[in-house]
Amino acid sequence: MAVASGQPTIDLREPAGWRRTKNQIATGAMWFAFACMLVPLAFVLFTVISKGISAISWSFLTGGPIPPNVLPLGNGGMGPAVIGTLEITGFAALLAIPIGVLGAVYINEYGGKGWLARVIGFLADVMTGVPSIVMGLFIFTIWILHFGYSGLAGSFALGCLMLPVVIRSSYEMLKLVPDSLREASYALGATKARVTVTVVLPAAVGGIVSGALLAIARAAGETAPLLFTILTVESTNTNLFSGANTALSTQIFVNAQSPFVGAEARAWGSALTLIVIAFALMLVARIITARFTRYAR
Amino acid sequence: MSTVTQADPANAAGSAGPLAHRRPLGDRAFQILALACGLLVLVILVLIAVSTSQQASSWFSTAGFSGIFSTVWNPATNQFGAMAYLYGTVITAVIAIIIAVPVSVAIALLLTQVVPQRWSQPIVYVIDLLAVIPSVVWGLWGILVLVPWIQGIYASIASGVTGIPVLDSLFGSNTSGASFFTAGLILAVMITPIITSLSREVIATVPTIDKEGAYALGATRWEMIRGAVWPHSQGGVVGAVLVGLGRAMGETIAAALVIGSSAQVTSRLFGPGYSIPSVIANQFGEASGEFRSALIGLGVFLFAITIVINLAARAIVERSARRMRGA
Repeated sequence: MAVASGQPTIDLREPAGWRRTKNQIATGAMWFAFACMLVPLAFVLFTVISKGISAISWSFLTGGPIPPNVLPLGNGGMGPAVIGTLEITGFAALLAIPIGVLGAVYINEYGGKGWLARVIGFLADVMTGVPSIVMGLFIFTIWILHFGYSGLAGSFALGCLMLPVVIRSSYEMLKLVPDSLREASYALGATKARVTVTVVLPAAVGGIVSGALLAIARAAGETAPLLFTILTVESTNTNLFSGANTALSTQIFVNAQSPFVGAEARAWGSALTLIVIAFALMLVARIITARFTRYAR
Repeated sequence: MSTVTQADPANAAGSAGPLAHRRPLGDRAFQILALACGLLVLVILVLIAVSTSQQASSWFSTAGFSGIFSTVWNPATNQFGAMAYLYGTVITAVIAIIIAVPVSVAIALLLTQVVPQRWSQPIVYVIDLLAVIPSVVWGLWGILVLVPWIQGIYASIASGVTGIPVLDSLFGSNTSGASFFTAGLILAVMITPIITSLSREVIATVPTIDKEGAYALGATRWEMIRGAVWPHSQGGVVGAVLVGLGRAMGETIAAALVIGSSAQVTSRLFGPGYSIPSVIANQFGEASGEFRSALIGLGVFLFAITIVINLAARAIVERSARRMRGA
């Protein structure tokens, strides 16, 4: 068999039994690798659900303020953190999704094969690799030092993390829209902006929305960019634009390092809440992909 | 507003007749808006580099080269040497890569070459679940469940290797549940989804004709993978591994909770250590002045390292993709 030089030579004249055995060993190893990945996943889910379910109650999810970590479960609740997570992640999505989709529109609809579009796409890929803690430091240096702690700063940090992800997923979806649709609308005399807004984006909306939901699901669990942009307070702060705030993820981080039973229980309860939020977003994304995606790979 | 010189089907059609030889204002405004949104990526990357280095400059200038790369980190005496953190970051990421790469590539091969199409989708969903579990939840599980459990295993391994030359210095005494190795293990689990999905994309592009050719010569599936799939996807998989390496180095919260928080340069993998992202997460809150500048400086290092790794990864993936299209 002709094999590229430098590759391991494969000798098909080896005894058939041994070759078959090697094949079975390799296949077994692949399944074993899959099992290796399932073990921690199942272990984590089992622990979080079994320990979290006993902590969760209506008053845990909505009550407040968050009690000092020495107090046992049943005092106060994580309401402030739930509200904080929802408002900070929600506003981050409001910032990042329109900008990301428009960026993808530029790359796919306007830039084409030009160098600028290629550079922007390349940089978006590189930006997905920027560590989340660096995003936190970045927002700290350009925002917190001048304007103080606020939920808004947390939204900026999460938005910066979501932006390249939204660009990448929207771009993949726009690429799938057939050119015949665009050409048909140009033939009717529509301008490029009109074609993009009324024909191309609606055709790709299913994929764009599900990609954006996955980005939100990832962002909702981020801790590092929030630690020193929103601080971690104990009471509800519904004003996103001023004053320190709190979030489920940062509360888990603080409580996980505390030696008290009540704090541990609150950490597990918050972890379960966070995972349920993330999985729910992912499930909705899957449903949208299955139902509303017109052009799939 | 400069005139748009771009080739545009709408314009080309319009310019043929007397109608609409210039694009309406709204149309051009939309293009400029889209361009601005795209350029924001560039702006943010530049701003990250500029604003963080500016804040870190006082550390860079007062500590000097030898101060930065020393192992002494003592906020009380204003000595901030980054060596122990750089070391811990690299060691944990390397442990994570050594564990995660074989597993991820094997799963990618399983998904593309072994399992039938309709089964591979559920497996992908399961991997996505892994990707969506927040870092802080891995950390919580790590510190409260994994660390106490793995402590005993480390201790028995350490007593088993006592006196054996190399193994003793790697896995020997002074074990702690929260250690370089525990952090590496958790990072490995966390980067498996990204390496798997990137390798899967690369491996899926292997031409069917190559694979069928190998089968036609009588190759078993494993021989087909080694002879047809692997030479084709090598480059792309290396790129995927580099992306995973970058992720492992930048991963913060999970590592911060299980790494042991003890700044030391040691060969003992079962001993406590520290890494750049985790020291920033743990100490930034109480830092000010020179201390804060040094922590931001560590962030600048991290940013530079991950940017270089990601640039290399994308370049490798793109080059190998081009070569494969040409072949």
